[in-house]
Amino acid sequence: MSEKHVDEATGVETTGHEWDGIKELNNPLPRWWVWTFYATIVWALAYTVAYPAWPLLTTATGGLLGYSSRVEIRNELAAAEAAKGDYVAAVQSKTVEEILSNETLRQFATAAGAAAFKVNCVQCHGSGAQGSAGYPNLNDDEWLWGGDIVQIQQTISHGIRFTADRDTRISEMPVFADMLEAPQIEQAATFVASLGGGEADAAVVEAGRTVFAENCASCHGEDGRGSREVGAPDLTDAIWLYGSSAADIARQIRTPRHGVMPAWSARLGDRTVKELAVYIHSLGGGE
Amino acid sequence: MRHDTAIAGLGSATFLALLAAAFGQDELFRSHMWVLFFVLLGAVIVLLRNTSFSPASAQSEDRSSYMDKPIRYGSIATMFWGVVGLLVGVVVALQLAYPDLNVEPWFNFGRMRPLHTSAVIFAFGGNALIATSFYVVQRTSRARLFGGDLVWFVFWGYQLFIVMAATGYLLGITQSREYAEPEWYVDLWLTIVWVAYLIVFLGTILKRKEPHIYVANWFYLSFIVTIAMLHVVNNLAIPVSLLGSKSYSAFAGVQDALTQWWYGHNAVGFFLTAGFLGMMYYFIPKQVNRPVYSYRLSIIHFWALIFLYIWAGPHHLHYTALPDWAQTLGMVFSIMLWMPSWGGMINGLMTLSGAWDKIRTDPIVRMMVMAVAFYGMSTFEGPMMSIKAVNSLSHYTDWTIGHVHSGALGWVGMISFGAIYFMVPKLWNRERLYSLRLVIWHFWLATLGIVVYAAVMWVSGIMQGLMWREYDEQGFLVYSFAETVAATHPYYVMRAAGGALYLAGALVMAFNVAMTILGYQREEKSIGGDAPALQPAQ
Repeated sequence: MSEKHVDEATGVETTGHEWDGIKELNNPLPRWWVWTFYATIVWALAYTVAYPAWPLLTTATGGLLGYSSRVEIRNELAAAEAAKGDYVAAVQSKTVEEILSNETLRQFATAAGAAAFKVNCVQCHGSGAQGSAGYPNLNDDEWLWGGDIVQIQQTISHGIRFTADRDTRISEMPVFADMLEAPQIEQAATFVASLGGGEADAAVVEAGRTVFAENCASCHGEDGRGSREVGAPDLTDAIWLYGSSAADIARQIRTPRHGVMPAWSARLGDRTVKELAVYIHSLGGGE
Repeated sequence: MRHDTAIAGLGSATFLALLAAAFGQDELFRSHMWVLFFVLLGAVIVLLRNTSFSPASAQSEDRSSYMDKPIRYGSIATMFWGVVGLLVGVVVALQLAYPDLNVEPWFNFGRMRPLHTSAVIFAFGGNALIATSFYVVQRTSRARLFGGDLVWFVFWGYQLFIVMAATGYLLGITQSREYAEPEWYVDLWLTIVWVAYLIVFLGTILKRKEPHIYVANWFYLSFIVTIAMLHVVNNLAIPVSLLGSKSYSAFAGVQDALTQWWYGHNAVGFFLTAGFLGMMYYFIPKQVNRPVYSYRLSIIHFWALIFLYIWAGPHHLHYTALPDWAQTLGMVFSIMLWMPSWGGMINGLMTLSGAWDKIRTDPIVRMMVMAVAFYGMSTFEGPMMSIKAVNSLSHYTDWTIGHVHSGALGWVGMISFGAIYFMVPKLWNRERLYSLRLVIWHFWLATLGIVVYAAVMWVSGIMQGLMWREYDEQGFLVYSFAETVAATHPYYVMRAAGGALYLAGALVMAFNVAMTILGYQREEKSIGGDAPALQPAQ
């Protein structure tokens, strides 16, 4: 069984072993294979001399090149900051109005704000700032708390209903299920839905007008145009956070939902908040 | 009485499962123990119905020949879990493309993804390895499997592990370690089964009637031993309660991460590489009917492979909190791994020397050759991706997913399919497969599926990497993460299509194998004409 013999097809000797009919040729290692293997070993050794590699008792060899990934990232971040030049300091020191009035600074802050928006804001407001159910669209000109640059900055800095921030803006639609009868809520909802021009039974609308005047007008105004003083939305346009049908509106009157906007100044710093404000102001609805 | 110890053991286990279901400390554990209870109860009922009370001597089977019945079961299990794993893969691919397909809570992506990876790696791959290793070790040792009924314990114990792991994932039980998601009690069970597997395999080698141990068995043995070590160390954990589903790892912080990737990478190295190389070293020479190309190469690349692989894990943690020196070592060991990996490819391909025409005439050989080709490609791609500069682009992107799948679908899948096509007619004493034409169909469906899958993931992964690192001239980030997700959508749809092609091929195979087992033979013309006789070398 351990007799060596020569394989006919290749002319190579076998090792003489055989298992279940399988024999083995005694071919040498392919030269290119051996040399490439050696080359990777030599390269590996050289690399471990150049870079941090061999563990010692409490530390490790540092490598001849003195490389450290922590130093590398620190340098890259510093270089990136340095490339932004004086703009960073200028945005830091100026007010948002001053930034808006300086064309180059405004462009810089808009680009910076767009980048920050992609990381921090798109999760709720969408990558086009278009919003979604419960999250306001930032491209239009309806603003709950005001659309000039200072108001936008204030909203981003301190948030809405974000109680951890003392300066946060708070508004709360009462739970009218506790205060009104079911038919009254239906009537008010029908009236509000008709403000935007929808067709409805005139008698119900009239009844709703009375309910509205007595219960809603104090915040949303006699004409339903809302109030930025208390963050009450305009009810006469086509922009709705929680749906525009009479049924949606009735639900929001009965048991209102409220969104929460976090306060960002503590997390992102004043400079980034200013940049975000400038960017959002530029989207189309800025006043 | 046949099965008496099995019935007694299973009956007691069933009772214990019932107790655990009653006194479990958390809802998940109780649910999982109910699953275990019903599985074991079913097994007891099946055994009771099959038991016979005639004297033992009248029913003793022939113990002089090879023990092939567990291998027949294993072949069917491999086929079954393969189809399941691939099907779940297509589902999760579609979930990524169309998030509405996430069915909460049991069938969301988070639970289905480990179901897919474990079903393919451990259920399909594991059964293929266990079945083929039992087949190979008997024939190359000229010895019947050691351990008697212990072999059946390994087979059924492993299936129980699969069922407990899979149902646990869907229930939401996980220890959040990639490819090691099952919780502590399932891990303990697998440890017992695995040690039994080692005893059977090693026992068979020890009682071999051949003077030397065949190279396939070196690879199988290194796979079994190393997986035992990796599994035990990575899963060291302290359960919150002995009747609860939650445990906490023995490691913390970056050490925990490194232990996990030491395990994770060597699951690739020893489960998906060494184990399947063992398969290759037997089934390619047998199917081609040629000697292995180089004995010397097999020795050198075996030892180089198993020595180098174990250090390569840190390359999964480039640019993380892992110290620089460990990252460097992970990378250089991965580079050195390139040639030892290719040694297997050379030995596999060059075994066809003098019989290259069989790629044309034998679709099973064609499938095995394609497997080795994909092995070569992904073992080049792996070291390349471990280079830090490349990794900074490729890490966390779909490129990694594409790499894994060219290895898993191309190498692991195709070589297993080839082995099953080889074994099934022999295990069931059939002259040949039901249809070789269907093997050709399978070959092309699978190859096309992998090519689509891998190519799409390269494009998608490199696009992701470039978008994530895209800064404008003022140094500001250009894309939000959501925008990169939206950009990958068309590729995710195409990836699902590639996976569906591969699944279709596996279904064709399942049909072919089933018909073969049932004893049918399709009348077909031979493929590629008659093979020319071997020509002696000049």
